[in-house]
Amino acid sequence: MAAFELRDATVSYDGNTVLNRITLRIERGERVALVGRSGVGKSTLLHLLYEQSRATSALVPQDPGLVRSLSVFHNVFMGRLNQNSIWYNLTNLVMPRRQEVDDIRALLVSLEMDDKLFQPAGELSGGQQQRTSVARALFRKGDALLGDEPVSSVDEHQSQSVLRSINAAYDTTILAMHDVDLALAFCDRIVGLDDGRIVLDSAAADMKRSDLMPLYRGEVTGL
Amino acid sequence: MTYTLNAPSVRASFGFVGVALFCLFFADIEVTTLDPWTEFERMVIGFLTPDFFAIDQLGEAILQTIAFAVLGVAFGAGFGFVLAPFFQHFAPLRWACAFIRAIHEIFWALIFIQMFGPSPITGILAIAIPYAGICAKVYSEILEEADLRAVRTLPVGTSRIAAFFYAKLPDVWAYMKSYTFYRLECGLRSSAVLGFVGLPTMGFYLESFFSEGYYSEASALLILFFLIIATIRFWMRPKIAWVYVVGAAIVVAFAETTSRFDWAHVARFFGEDIWPAPVRTAQEFGLAFWSSLGDWGWMLFSTQALPGIVATILLTQIALIGTGFLTLLFYPIISERFFGRVGRTIGHGFLVVCRSTPEYILAYIFLQLWGPSMLPAIVALSLHNGAIIGHLIGRHSNELERRVDAPHGLNLYAFEVTPRIYGQFLAFLFYRWEVIMRETAILGVLGIHTLGFFIDSAIADIRIDRAMVLILMTALLNIFVDICSRRIRTRLRLRTSPEVV
Repeated sequence: MAAFELRDATVSYDGNTVLNRITLRIERGERVALVGRSGVGKSTLLHLLYEQSRATSALVPQDPGLVRSLSVFHNVFMGRLNQNSIWYNLTNLVMPRRQEVDDIRALLVSLEMDDKLFQPAGELSGGQQQRTSVARALFRKGDALLGDEPVSSVDEHQSQSVLRSINAAYDTTILAMHDVDLALAFCDRIVGLDDGRIVLDSAAADMKRSDLMPLYRGEVTGL
Repeated sequence: MTYTLNAPSVRASFGFVGVALFCLFFADIEVTTLDPWTEFERMVIGFLTPDFFAIDQLGEAILQTIAFAVLGVAFGAGFGFVLAPFFQHFAPLRWACAFIRAIHEIFWALIFIQMFGPSPITGILAIAIPYAGICAKVYSEILEEADLRAVRTLPVGTSRIAAFFYAKLPDVWAYMKSYTFYRLECGLRSSAVLGFVGLPTMGFYLESFFSEGYYSEASALLILFFLIIATIRFWMRPKIAWVYVVGAAIVVAFAETTSRFDWAHVARFFGEDIWPAPVRTAQEFGLAFWSSLGDWGWMLFSTQALPGIVATILLTQIALIGTGFLTLLFYPIISERFFGRVGRTIGHGFLVVCRSTPEYILAYIFLQLWGPSMLPAIVALSLHNGAIIGHLIGRHSNELERRVDAPHGLNLYAFEVTPRIYGQFLAFLFYRWEVIMRETAILGVLGIHTLGFFIDSAIADIRIDRAMVLILMTALLNIFVDICSRRIRTRLRLRTSPEVV
């Protein structure tokens, strides 16, 4: 059984068609990159897939959605609010549990964020906020991770370590990416969109950077 | 072509000024004391020579005032906090909160004194009940402003309580904290005033100092009070709030009071006192009963409620315009656009004194000077509220953009700054309208013939049934003004952030 499946999905806002008759099937264990110019419907497609699997997928939204006055620790812990009793959650808010602190610190080490553990999220840089939001999705644990430009505001070196962490924690990933090299390096299937349609869908191993360039010039017109 | 003077806000202002002038025509304004100046001189000398030696009395007055304020605000804010998340979703809760906050602390105290005497429980409930209504409303408005993006990222199945405490509350916690500090400041004023109806707080001592002409002692007490209000942020911290609550409970519990809790009083209050006299004495509920109940109601309405309502409205409308005028006069004295550092410091000092002194105490002082008429009340309400809004507008004027070639002096005032702050000014003024009316009603206790006068007299005559009807009338009048104010603010598109007023 497929992990995600869309058949003839069409989405429009105010009369503008954002996604036009999309048919897509993603198996468990696949690592999919959604690529294409901005505004072609990557985010919409990603959210459509997330809506199908809210209960089991973790999401790294484009806007990190952090609580600015809470620490990095608490923001990451929020990924598991549904897995504990209310009493556990509330006491952990006031007095963090050692076990949780250790787990989250270990997670932050791989993202090079462990020195910020108890810093309020509002004081972090954009890249640090994005890594906090990734950490929250990693901490959540689930069948799949869906990321909307999860490394758009971190530098190239850190992008690689963030994506490595994501791949280490999840077998199934769907990432909207604008960086073609990262998409080719960390995903095994490339789905290209243009004007609300899927115009390219093939294994990453078969592709080079130059194969994807026409997509960004609007020159790929169909499968 | 439209002229500036034809703008809706200007037309509304002229309308309200017109109403106030009309009210002034019917208002009773006169100086009835024979020689106000001699007394004034003694008072000024007394205030300039504060006497801190009556340390026992001063200490006790201040300690009790703080203790009642801390406990009242703690319970009020606590209940308000619990109710706030449901406030927007449950209309009966909104009505109940509007009702309990429409009744002034002093009226609550007058009610509870009938049941519990001038005991700690009376003082705490008198503050906690209306404050719970106010806090529920304001906290819920603050929560509405929370950024919901964090809530949307929570995993499916997160309980509402966890979502509230993790994703919603932390975002607005700072605003809640600063509003609660402001409430504590209000609570200190309320607590001080409760002394005038017999609780062991500041008002009680002030009244006795004034009646004996001990103006230096009164001055010392007021100075201590200003200091305590001005330093709230240094002595109160959220993390040690519980220490204050426990301390306050001990102070209040060991205060010397003559009253003892007695269920019989409570039972009598609900079983007998509050029922209209004809109901209590009725043998049978026939035609004669209904006719006597009708007579009772008509008597109460025509001889007390109606004159009380008329006087309350007259005084409120005059004081509202007085507040407006004083605000426009006061705001430049703390504005960087008009005065230097020295001038502003003096201005701040003056405004702090005016806004830290409760209207009731100001009115009480002016009443000693000029005798009973509406004059002391108008001056007191205008000074206190004018200082509060003047402070906010003055700060607001500092944030306006500056023009390098701006005019100076009166031209700057009339052409540059005042037109720009006018919308904000009206918003605050209409926001205060309801507060001014609440206070106007209460000033009746001092002998001005507003609703409070008739309520106080009814209680003095042990006619609790009448007092309850009149308090109900007062609450409805307040709710009516609140609705009018909200309509006008919406129509004029005026917005205020709730945490400042």
